Amino acid sequence: MANYMELLSFGDSGWGDELARGVLVTVTLALATLPLGLLIGFLIAVAKNSTEPLLRNAAHVYTTIFRGLPELLTLFLIYYGGQMALSALWRLLFGYAFEVNSYLAGMIALALVFSSYASEVFLSAFRGITPGQYEGAYALGLSRSRTMLLVILPQLIRLALPGLSNLWLNLLKDTSLVSVIGLTDLLRNTNIAVGVTKQAFFFFFVACSLYLVMSIISSFGLRRVSAWAERGQGSR
Amino acid sequence: MTYVDAPSTERPPAAARRRWTGARIAGLILLALWALLGLSIVYMLVVGYDPEKIAKYGPRILNGIWVTLHLVVLSILLGALISIPVAIGRLSHNPIIGGIAFGYSYFFRGTPLLAQTFLVYYGAGQFTDVLKAAGLWMFFRDAYFCAVLTFSLNTAAYQAEILAGAIRSVPSGQWQAADSLGLRPFITMRKIILPQALITALRPYGNEVILMIKASAIASIITVLDLMGQTRYAFSKTYDLQIYIWAAVIYLVTVEVLRRLWEMMERRLTRHLRR
Repeated sequence: MANYMELLSFGDSGWGDELARGVLVTVTLALATLPLGLLIGFLIAVAKNSTEPLLRNAAHVYTTIFRGLPELLTLFLIYYGGQMALSALWRLLFGYAFEVNSYLAGMIALALVFSSYASEVFLSAFRGITPGQYEGAYALGLSRSRTMLLVILPQLIRLALPGLSNLWLNLLKDTSLVSVIGLTDLLRNTNIAVGVTKQAFFFFFVACSLYLVMSIISSFGLRRVSAWAERGQGSR
Repeated sequence: MTYVDAPSTERPPAAARRRWTGARIAGLILLALWALLGLSIVYMLVVGYDPEKIAKYGPRILNGIWVTLHLVVLSILLGALISIPVAIGRLSHNPIIGGIAFGYSYFFRGTPLLAQTFLVYYGAGQFTDVLKAAGLWMFFRDAYFCAVLTFSLNTAAYQAEILAGAIRSVPSGQWQAADSLGLRPFITMRKIILPQALITALRPYGNEVILMIKASAIASIITVLDLMGQTRYAFSKTYDLQIYIWAAVIYLVTVEVLRRLWEMMERRLTRHLRR
């Protein structure tokens, strides 16, 4: 037991600081992806909700692709494909090769996946808003953008929050995939620790527990957010 | 968007139909971009067509598809089997049994599948002696079996939640009616509750199958040569991005076909519920 405590200690002999740094990378990656994914997802949902069939179809192609591909494959396509495309472009423009940042590639790939699921959540939230809300805003003389911002969006957040909470927990888990393209997230650092200490079961169990702790903390946070979003609803 | 016809509210007057609205132009541009992307991929596949590569890696990819298929089917079936006791535990009123089932499902749904796979595959290496003594080493030494084990345990947690949720969604009046007819609980479950619950569970089950197909790509990381594994192998030999494109097309077609088939099946099975 003391042996295991030492393995997790901070400093030269233990792996505690490496794991902590990994947790930090995992959390910041997920947090950096979230606004990007939410924004793209919202725009796609607006497009899907449009009366214009051309726009709707363009949005549906997006979701079909990024919900149908395995997350791992999306990641590789972005990482290697982006690497090749940008390298070719850079060599053409500046005469030297370009190194794609694995953090950025991971962020883009995760945002693509997240946004395609988020757009479905937003779309069903849009459908939960009655036409009377649009008509009321129209009667008050609000412009379309003000209607969206002041009337629709606050209700949309409340309706979409349960679905988005699930997506956030999925995103947190999906970040583990970036360890495959060499980003030193929690899982990658765990792998390094295992390589050195040979304590595979112990370290992977610790990593799993850390992911669990992250999702438990998120659940508490999300409960606060949902209480905030429901504040106008009264007690039911 | 469905309008609820209420006589007192009047819809905003419909704008005069313009031929070129902003939405239409945006839609046209985006669709054109998709078409351009699709065409450039087709162009890339045509220009990069290399019979030698196809002869060399084609059979490997086909074999990979086969491995992915039985990996998924086996995991889903084993997972369905394991999910039954877990679902019973989730529905149990006994706090200890309920707690164990909840803990199981929380662990497998709250941690990344990749970490679970590492835990089983590499973690087993820490107990080599014990496993050898128990005669299980042959099993845990093989990445394929480890993947099947992990995926089954993982999907069992999700399937148990689907099953338990579906059973809970059956109104309690059904139980009471069966009770007043004097049916035993097992018969009630088999003949009254489950047929109704499984209809509700149909769509989530379909989603779970699709998620499993996508998640099975993770097996490639612990050296299983499934579709993703063969693709990564071929890419590491050739540095030809086409191979990833092919894999993407195969995954997309598989998922899309399955989704459509499942939708058809659901429509057929729920035809008595439609009005």
